[in-house]
Amino acid sequence: MTGLVLSAVTRAFDHPVPRTVLGGVDLTIAQGEFVSLVGPSGAGKTTLLRIIAGLDSGYGGSLAWQGARPRLGVVFQEPRLVPWLGLLDNLLLVGGPESVDRARALLGAVELGDCDSALPGQLSGGMQRRAALARALLVEPDFLILDEPLISLDAALAERMRRLLNDFWRKRRTTTLLITHNLAEAVELSTRVAILSPIERRVVADCALPPPDPRLSGDPMVAAALQDLRRMTRSWPVPDPAEAAPDRAG
Amino acid sequence: MSQPAGAPTIGLGAHWYRLLSVIALLALWQAAASGLADPALLPSPLATFEAGYEALRAGELLYHVGATLARVAVAFGLAMLIGTAIGIALGRSPVLDHFFNGWLVIGLNLPALVTIVLCYIWFGLSEAAAILAVTINKVPTVAAILREGAKALDPALFEMTRVFEVKPLRVLARVVLPQLAPSLMAAARAGLALTWKIVLVVELLGRPNGVGFQIRSFFNFFDIASILAYSLAFIGAVVAIEVLLLQPIDRQLGKWRRA
Repeated sequence: MTGLVLSAVTRAFDHPVPRTVLGGVDLTIAQGEFVSLVGPSGAGKTTLLRIIAGLDSGYGGSLAWQGARPRLGVVFQEPRLVPWLGLLDNLLLVGGPESVDRARALLGAVELGDCDSALPGQLSGGMQRRAALARALLVEPDFLILDEPLISLDAALAERMRRLLNDFWRKRRTTTLLITHNLAEAVELSTRVAILSPIERRVVADCALPPPDPRLSGDPMVAAALQDLRRMTRSWPVPDPAEAAPDRAG
Repeated sequence: MSQPAGAPTIGLGAHWYRLLSVIALLALWQAAASGLADPALLPSPLATFEAGYEALRAGELLYHVGATLARVAVAFGLAMLIGTAIGIALGRSPVLDHFFNGWLVIGLNLPALVTIVLCYIWFGLSEAAAILAVTINKVPTVAAILREGAKALDPALFEMTRVFEVKPLRVLARVVLPQLAPSLMAAARAGLALTWKIVLVVELLGRPNGVGFQIRSFFNFFDIASILAYSLAFIGAVVAIEVLLLQPIDRQLGKWRRA
């Protein structure tokens, strides 16, 4: 069991100015779910990731894992690759030398098969991000956390990476939390979409979707869900950048 | 060595300038030696090389330079190991840093001669006392340099290794030490220069062999040619360590920065 229950999670910072980032987040993620947490920049998505990943203990409320603490796979917003290690060595750092074959296969899956020995500094931001995705999948996590993993990829590549994530989830049913501000991406991949409001600073809507097995484009139910979610987020003072410029190249 | 693209051209190649500089130094030395009434006060380059060759042929030069280098190697290794451990601990723990900062300042400012004399008094004129004195002198320098390096370690990479539960030894070898490489090299360079100078004093005051011991003997006999010959031989050995050992390591460690 690798479910997660967040109850009334709050987080405030004193510096540089006192501010509340999370104002009582309630969120339950059951074993095998693919949950997307959607909110605009500054809504506290990454803060919540750090709390869940165990990197920030200064929060209020409670966080409880169902069962033992799971093995995590995390894609941070920045790739966080070790700059002096080649891509394969970056993967082996977390997977151990015994995972070399799977590491090579995963680099191939994220279309970096010919970059085994390339140093991160020699690659574009999008390539580094894909290597970080391969690293997170390599550890065969019980709980996968993805913080805007596809943000700097061009539209076609992002589509292929979404398919990869969907394949991975369908095969393993790894409990997954995707943090994104792209509603369409969230709806395409998830079994549930939770909306983190930048005004209330908590989850204000939780929308269950049919399992993406895989999600068919043009599914009327999906179109309706997307429309509902868009209506919900339209009144936010911070515009959703993904809606304004959906095809970011990188 | 090839000129990097865009570097200002300086006429002759860099090698030639180095060679000219050595020749100029020798000429200056020769001129100074010729100008003095008593050649024993400053022997000419030739007389010095003759003295050196004589010592080399007799086997004395290699024996004494070897003894000194062995002391340098042991004291240097110990000081790097202990100083690095202390430096990392101070750099990573603000509590330890605040507590021990004063001790470090004392260590950095303690005159080498005091440590040497005290070690000989407390532990006798032994090899262990000599090595201990040199090590104590160098540890604070290494610790101070490594402390700054450890403070600058990238927290984002530590967080990454934490969430992926990377084994501590692997984190040390693949994430921590490579980040500390510039500090380690700086400490090694500063340390090596300091160590061999202190080793000579240690030998002069209380060892039966080594370059320092020889210099004291030559001082007693007013043998300036041999003093200069031993000094040159030793400088040659230290430069060889720099060129053949430290510089290649430096180039290897800096590869990823140039990528």
